[in-house]
Amino acid sequence: MSAKNNINVPFPKKPYKTHGGVHPHHNKTTSGVESVIMPPPEYVTISMNQNIGADCIPCVKPGDTVYLGQIIGDSDKYMSVPIHASVSGTVEKIIKQRDPAGRISDAVVIKSDGLMTPYLDLKAENPQNLSELTDTVRQSGLVGLGGAGFPAHIKLNVPEGKDVDTLIINFAECEPYITADHREALENSWDVFSGIYAFKDIIGIKRVIIAIENNKPDAIEVLKRIADNPTYDPDDLVRILVLKASYPYGAEKVLIKACTNRVVPEGGLPSDVGCLVMNITSVSFISRYIKSGMPLVSKRVTVDGSAVKEPKNIIAPIGTSVKDIIEFCGGYKSEPKKLILGGPMMGVAIADDSECIKKNTNAILAFDEAESSLMRETACIRCGRCAQSCPMLLTPPLIEQQLKLNNLDELKKLDVMNCMECGCCAYSCPAGKHLVQMMRNAKAKLRNVK
Amino acid sequence: MLDVIIALMPCVVVSVILFGFKALVLYATSCAGCVLCEYISRKIMKRESTVGDLSAVVTGILLAMNVPVTLNPLIILFGSVVAIVVVKQMFGGIGQNFVNPALIARIVLLTSFPSKMTNWTAPFAYLSGSADAVSSATPLADNSNISYLKLILGAHGGCLGETCAVAIILGGIYLMLKKVISPVIPCVYLGTFAIFTLLSGNDVIYGLLSGGILLGAFFMATDYTTSPINFKGKIVFALGCGILTFVIRTFGALPEGVSFAIIIMNILVPHIETLTLTKPFGSKRRTAKNG
Repeated sequence: MSAKNNINVPFPKKPYKTHGGVHPHHNKTTSGVESVIMPPPEYVTISMNQNIGADCIPCVKPGDTVYLGQIIGDSDKYMSVPIHASVSGTVEKIIKQRDPAGRISDAVVIKSDGLMTPYLDLKAENPQNLSELTDTVRQSGLVGLGGAGFPAHIKLNVPEGKDVDTLIINFAECEPYITADHREALENSWDVFSGIYAFKDIIGIKRVIIAIENNKPDAIEVLKRIADNPTYDPDDLVRILVLKASYPYGAEKVLIKACTNRVVPEGGLPSDVGCLVMNITSVSFISRYIKSGMPLVSKRVTVDGSAVKEPKNIIAPIGTSVKDIIEFCGGYKSEPKKLILGGPMMGVAIADDSECIKKNTNAILAFDEAESSLMRETACIRCGRCAQSCPMLLTPPLIEQQLKLNNLDELKKLDVMNCMECGCCAYSCPAGKHLVQMMRNAKAKLRNVK
Repeated sequence: MLDVIIALMPCVVVSVILFGFKALVLYATSCAGCVLCEYISRKIMKRESTVGDLSAVVTGILLAMNVPVTLNPLIILFGSVVAIVVVKQMFGGIGQNFVNPALIARIVLLTSFPSKMTNWTAPFAYLSGSADAVSSATPLADNSNISYLKLILGAHGGCLGETCAVAIILGGIYLMLKKVISPVIPCVYLGTFAIFTLLSGNDVIYGLLSGGILLGAFFMATDYTTSPINFKGKIVFALGCGILTFVIRTFGALPEGVSFAIIIMNILVPHIETLTLTKPFGSKRRTAKNG
C-alpha cells in the first residue's frame, strides 16, 4: 500500500487567510550573491548566552588549547544547549559581558591559531528514536536559526500525547534585507530535504509544508523540482506552499494559520495544534550534523544596509565581531548611524561594532544617517492603521489609553500578552509613535503583577 | 491632512463658481479663524504648535461648507472659535476631541442664528447684481421637485459645500484611492439611509443627493478621531448614522439630520468600540466562550 493513502490531512492549495501584516520594501539585494566563507578572525568572543533559556557555564579555562567543534560551555538545565569552539586556538580569557538587552553573561575569548583544526571526537550520528534524536540535536548545539534562538531539541521533543502531523519549514524570511535563508536554500537545497527525512518518521510527520514567500522565485523553483520528483520524494509528503510576500509571515503562529488554518491558543505551543515549525537553515544544519558530526560553529549572516560597502552573505565563525565582519565586506561606505543585529523590523540595535555574532544572528545591518532618522512623534488621531495591520488583532490605541491610566485589569482584557512585538503597528503608524515600546511597557507591567 | 484638503478642493471650486466671491471670503475667514485659534490656544497652553499638521485648515474648510453663502463672516469666525477652542483644544487637541469640531460649530451656529443659517440663496444669484435678490430653499425643505441633474451638478440652494454631488463624490473617491479613508463608512451610511428611505416609500435618489448627507458620509463620518478603529465598529457606527439621518429627516422637526446623526454616533464611539473589540488571535478566554 502506498503511503499516499495515509495522508489524512490534505495539503493546502493556497495559503489560508491571516490578519494584518505590512509590506515594507524587500531590499533583498544580496540574494543573488553567493555566500563567502570568512577566514577565521584573530579573536572570537563566544557568549555563553546563545539561546532562550539558561546560560551555559564555561568548561575551559584561560590557557587551554581548544579545537574547532569542542564543547567550551554547557549547562545541566533543561532549556540549554552546549556551546562549541568556533575556531581552533587558545583560550585567552573568560570575561563578563553585557548583551544589547542589558543582561550580563560570561563569554569565552579564543585566540585563533588560524588552522581551524577540528576536534577529534566529532563523529557522524544516526538517531533512530525520539530520545536519540533530541540528544543528537542537543549535542549539535542547534538553536532556532530563524532569529529567536529557541533550543531546537526542545522543539523536537514533542510532548507525549500530542499528535504532531505537520512539519512546517519556515522559509518565509519576511524581514527586509535578510537573505541568509534564501542563500542556504539555494546553496544547500539537498541538505534541506535530507534533514527533513532524517527526523520526519521519528516524530511521525504526515505532511511537510515548505512555506516560501513569492519574492524568492529561484528558491521556489529549485525546491519544487526536488519536492515534485518522485525519486526523492516517493510518497509526495513534501510540498511547497507559496505565500504572497507580507511581513510577518515568518512568525510562528501566523505561519501555522496560513499553512494549516489552525490557531495556536494564547500561551500555547505549535504542538497544541499538531504542528512543528522549523527554520529552513535549522533543518539543513541537522542533516549536515548527522553526516559530519560538526556542531554549530559558523553562521551565514547577511551584511547589508546603506553604510556597507559590499553587501553580501558571509559564513563567519560564531563569536566573530561585527567590526571584523564589516571589514571583511569592504568596511563602511559612510559613517554608520545605526547598527542592527537581525532584521530592521525585529532586530536589536547595538551600541557599537565590538558586539559579536551569536548562533541566532542572521543579519548585520548598518545604516547611514539618512536611513536611520526617526519620524517626529505626533499625537494619535485614531486612524486605526495599527489595528488593521496587527497580525494578532490587537488594538494599540486602546492599549495605550489603558497603559496611561495604569489600568491593569483593562490591559489584561485587551490581551496585551498576545503581542509578539513584530512592529507592524509602529511601521504603519502615520504619527510615528513608538508603539512597540509602548506594548513592551504594557507587557512588562502585566508580567510584574503576576 | 493634505490629501483631505486636496479632496475638498473640487467642492470649494464648485461652490465658489455657484455662489460667487462671497463664498471664497467665507472659506478664507473660517480657515484663518481656525488656524489662528489653534495657534493661540496652543501658545496659551504652552504646548507645541500643531498648526503644521493642517488639521485646523480642514476644520475651517468643512465649517465653511456647512453654512449658507449669505452668512456674515463674523458669525463664521465665532463658529471657528467654537470648533477649535471649545471642541478641539479644550479636550486636548488633535486626536482627543470626541466629536467632530466642524459639526459642533455648525450646530452651535444653527441654534444661535437659526434664520441666518437657513437663509439660502439660489446659485448664480451673485450674477444678477444684488446678493439678496433671489432667495431659494434647500431641496430638503422645498417640496417643488428639483431635477436630478440639477441636484448632481449642485445648481440649487443649500450650504456652500453640500450642493454639488459630483464634486463631493470625486473628492471621496480620491480619498479612497489614496487609502486615506476606507469605503466602509460612506457605503454603509449611504446604503442604510437608501434602504430605509426606499422602505418608507420616499424618493431614494432625491434623498441621497439633497442636503448634506454626501458631504457628511464622505468627509464628516469618516473622521478618524471620532469614528471607531475596528472594521466591525465602523459598520455599526455607519449603520447608526444612516438610521438616525433617516429618522430625523422623516420624523423630526428639522429638515436636515446629518449633523445631529453623526454627532450622536460620535458620542457613542467609545461604547461601540468596547462592544466590537476584535478577538485577539488565539485568545483563550473568548475562544472558550465560542466553543
